[in-house]
Amino acid sequence: MTDTKLPPRRKSRVRPLFDGSEWNFDLLRKTYDTMGEVALGELGLDIYPNQIEVITAEQMLDAYSSIGMPLMYRHWSFGKRFAHDEAFYKRGMRSLAYELVINSDPCINYIMEENSMTMQALVLAHAAYGHNHFFKNNYQFRLWTQPDHIIDYLEFAKRYVAECEERHGQDAVESVLDAAHALMNHGVSRDFRTRPRDVAKREREKAERRRAYEEATYDDIYRTLPEIVRENVSESSASKNEQRRLGLPEENLLYFLEKHAPKLEDWQAELLRIVRLLSQYFYPQRQTKMMNEGCATFVHYEIINRLYERGLLTDGTMLEFLHSHSSVIYQPSFNDRRFGGFNPYALGFAMMCDIKRVCLEPTDEDRAWFPDFAGCGDALGTLRQAWAEFRDESFILQYLSPKLMRDFRLFAVSDDAKDAAMRVAAIHDEQGYKDIRRRLARQYDIAVQDPDLQVTDADLSGSRRLVLTHYVRKGILLDKAEAERTLQYLAQLWGYRVKLVESDDGRVLKEHEALPMP
Amino acid sequence: MQIVDRRLNPKSKSLGNRQRFLRRAKAEIREAIRDSLKSRKVSEAEGAEKVTIRSKSLREPSFSLGRSTGARDYVLPGNEEYRVGDQIPKPQGGGGGRGNQGSPDGEGQDEFTFTLTKEEFLDLFFDDLKLPNLIKVRLKDLKAPKFARAGFTSDGPPARLSRTRTMRKSLGRRLALHRPSLAEIEALEAELRAAEDEIPRDEAKVSTLRVKVEHKQRLRRTIAYIDPLDLQYSRFERVPKPTTQAVMFCLMDASASMTEPLKDLAKRFFMLLHVFLSRYYREVHLVFIRHTSTASEVDEETFFRGTETGGTVISTALEEMLKVVRDRYSPADWNIYAAQASDGDNFHDDMPRTLDLLSKEVLPICQYFAYIETTHGERFNDSVETPVWHGYAEIVRTRKNFAMRRVASPEDIFPVFHELFSANAVTT
Repeated sequence: MTDTKLPPRRKSRVRPLFDGSEWNFDLLRKTYDTMGEVALGELGLDIYPNQIEVITAEQMLDAYSSIGMPLMYRHWSFGKRFAHDEAFYKRGMRSLAYELVINSDPCINYIMEENSMTMQALVLAHAAYGHNHFFKNNYQFRLWTQPDHIIDYLEFAKRYVAECEERHGQDAVESVLDAAHALMNHGVSRDFRTRPRDVAKREREKAERRRAYEEATYDDIYRTLPEIVRENVSESSASKNEQRRLGLPEENLLYFLEKHAPKLEDWQAELLRIVRLLSQYFYPQRQTKMMNEGCATFVHYEIINRLYERGLLTDGTMLEFLHSHSSVIYQPSFNDRRFGGFNPYALGFAMMCDIKRVCLEPTDEDRAWFPDFAGCGDALGTLRQAWAEFRDESFILQYLSPKLMRDFRLFAVSDDAKDAAMRVAAIHDEQGYKDIRRRLARQYDIAVQDPDLQVTDADLSGSRRLVLTHYVRKGILLDKAEAERTLQYLAQLWGYRVKLVESDDGRVLKEHEALPMP
Repeated sequence: MQIVDRRLNPKSKSLGNRQRFLRRAKAEIREAIRDSLKSRKVSEAEGAEKVTIRSKSLREPSFSLGRSTGARDYVLPGNEEYRVGDQIPKPQGGGGGRGNQGSPDGEGQDEFTFTLTKEEFLDLFFDDLKLPNLIKVRLKDLKAPKFARAGFTSDGPPARLSRTRTMRKSLGRRLALHRPSLAEIEALEAELRAAEDEIPRDEAKVSTLRVKVEHKQRLRRTIAYIDPLDLQYSRFERVPKPTTQAVMFCLMDASASMTEPLKDLAKRFFMLLHVFLSRYYREVHLVFIRHTSTASEVDEETFFRGTETGGTVISTALEEMLKVVRDRYSPADWNIYAAQASDGDNFHDDMPRTLDLLSKEVLPICQYFAYIETTHGERFNDSVETPVWHGYAEIVRTRKNFAMRRVASPEDIFPVFHELFSANAVTT
């Protein structure tokens, strides 16, 4: 996909920034500053201040196991992940990431001491400028995360979990966290900005206004009217009221349990809250993985190339960079043994480069498909806008060009469990472009990839049974064994019977039930 | 921008997580260790251990969409020949090409391989086993340091001030320098007052007394009650702390009837015992004695590899062991353990002598004597008694520090070992 020839280079007497693979702190600083001139001055990036932390491979493994965060509460699952990563790493089956970057303000970048200076330069350009810009500007991150608070919050979470362990015992804390982790993907409020934060309060205010109105318009004569009997109505409206009071239906299972589970103690609810907020914090990353990597890869490619053109990098450095860059953006075909889905670096980088191409050298096809920006000449402005205002799904829908579909030789397959064979639904041709683009976008929509589960009924006064509904799409049911195990966790938190109904358009397809174990 | 060097930060930040993880999977890990023991080489008995567990308690379930129902769409890269409407046979096991997407640890969920450190391995391995008969714990080998009193010094932290010693020195100094006591001065003063009041006054006497009183008072002022010189502090020194030591005798029948597999069984048992003892004693010496109709002390390699021909006279081995004990391992200083392996053969004439030696001389100096009888593949039954088994059965009834078991295959080793050393068995 990339042009692996060395780009032309102006002959000059500028001394390269570095030569050889050894790095030191002065070099890092000098390189960072020089890159800053390109990134901020020429590319127009806007970043949080950076904090670069140099760590060892072992520390990188540590960071891996705590989902990449510098601080994390203690839980066995992180130990499991560590053991797993370590085993793979030690057998040489997996190499470690060169860097890790955290969406915080200041933006924390971990770089490994084992890296050569070229790799450090690549990593600085990639993370400290690329990812950093994306974190600061993408609307998803702006909407959902508070990067200036996250480290403090993790500090609190870690301390709080440790205190709970001390007070209530490791087992008690573990059982709540296990259950919360199981529901983590359902701990996100997709529209929490618009949700009335306190339904009860609003109801109270409404009642207050009504009372005031009645008082103001009181006329004794109405007392003489006979009372209307409406028992039936009041019962159904009572349950409706209850539903409304509970904010049902509710898609954020962790939020619902935290607020309404009858048997949860305060500290248990607080643990749920910690897991829920973390889940919410990672939500934008799940939605923008491809774009985020694409942006960072594009930025490092631009910066390194511009530095090279100025003679600030040696040929050796450039070759090492290209080698590493091209292996990062390699996309194996579907029938390759190495294939494991789309490589977010590959697709992301290709799309960014393609947008640049459309801006600068559009074909007629591009003009027809992208009338807004084809040939506009401002590639970076267009890209910055795309980085700020889209997520993976909408980005593909908006920017995936026919040329790229041809380059990747994309094709769409329909797979119905009922049929013996899969069917090719569309290929990279005139009839298929739009279809493929739409389907690929859906593939990146986590709202479609995750099952749509909602709390639909909760009886707080009587049997205390909780009912969840899985709104089945295209007949895809939940994985039975996993669902039942997870439901058991949910029952444990709720404290009473829990029912999960899988229904498609009102038609019940399957039901699961779980009772909390004593 | 800020660059922080974190390389020197404390490592293994996730140690707490690891402990929680091991605690969680303890039962499965122990199971896995036992399984792996069956097939493992003896030389690997000790050391880091790769463990694969299939664990229910390590599951992390979540609501996820099943693979077996419904209709899906995939977009895939790398089309070569497909046209719209082509049918693609489904790969075995269903699913399309989206293997690794979805949950980050969806793969390898049930089967899970990781590495235990040597310490963790041994902890889990011998978790519920105890060392029997730890009566005699000799303090000899000097290794671990500890703090011990080592006299007094003239300076040190206030907390270590020795008041008795300080007062004793102060007293000595005051006596030596003739520091007048308060009573002494008061007596003189009274005498002076009496002399002053005396009529007629003996001026000479008064003035000598006055000079005397002043002198005494000056002495008392200049000679301190407690002088910095008097201060005495307790002193502590790091001294190597004596630790326990043990010697383990491995006795084995090397006659031709002990075939390679039988020796291998014995070897496994010896290695387990060695690893186990190493956990309790800083120093564990190994002595290998093999015997046919004569016995000799040999090195490990010869012990397990070499073969000899000849009859079987067990008492020679016991004698050799006693000789080694006399020469090098005084029972007063060493914890002595012995493990004997044989296929149960012995010259008939030798049995009385063997039993006699064992019960009268060997067992009294041993912490523990374990006899394992290795038999060929077929399951043994107790009715088929070998001469040795029959003879030893007498002893096992009377001596508490003697135990015997039969082993037929590598799988038996750990259970037998476990039986011999399980915490319950030992306390009874």
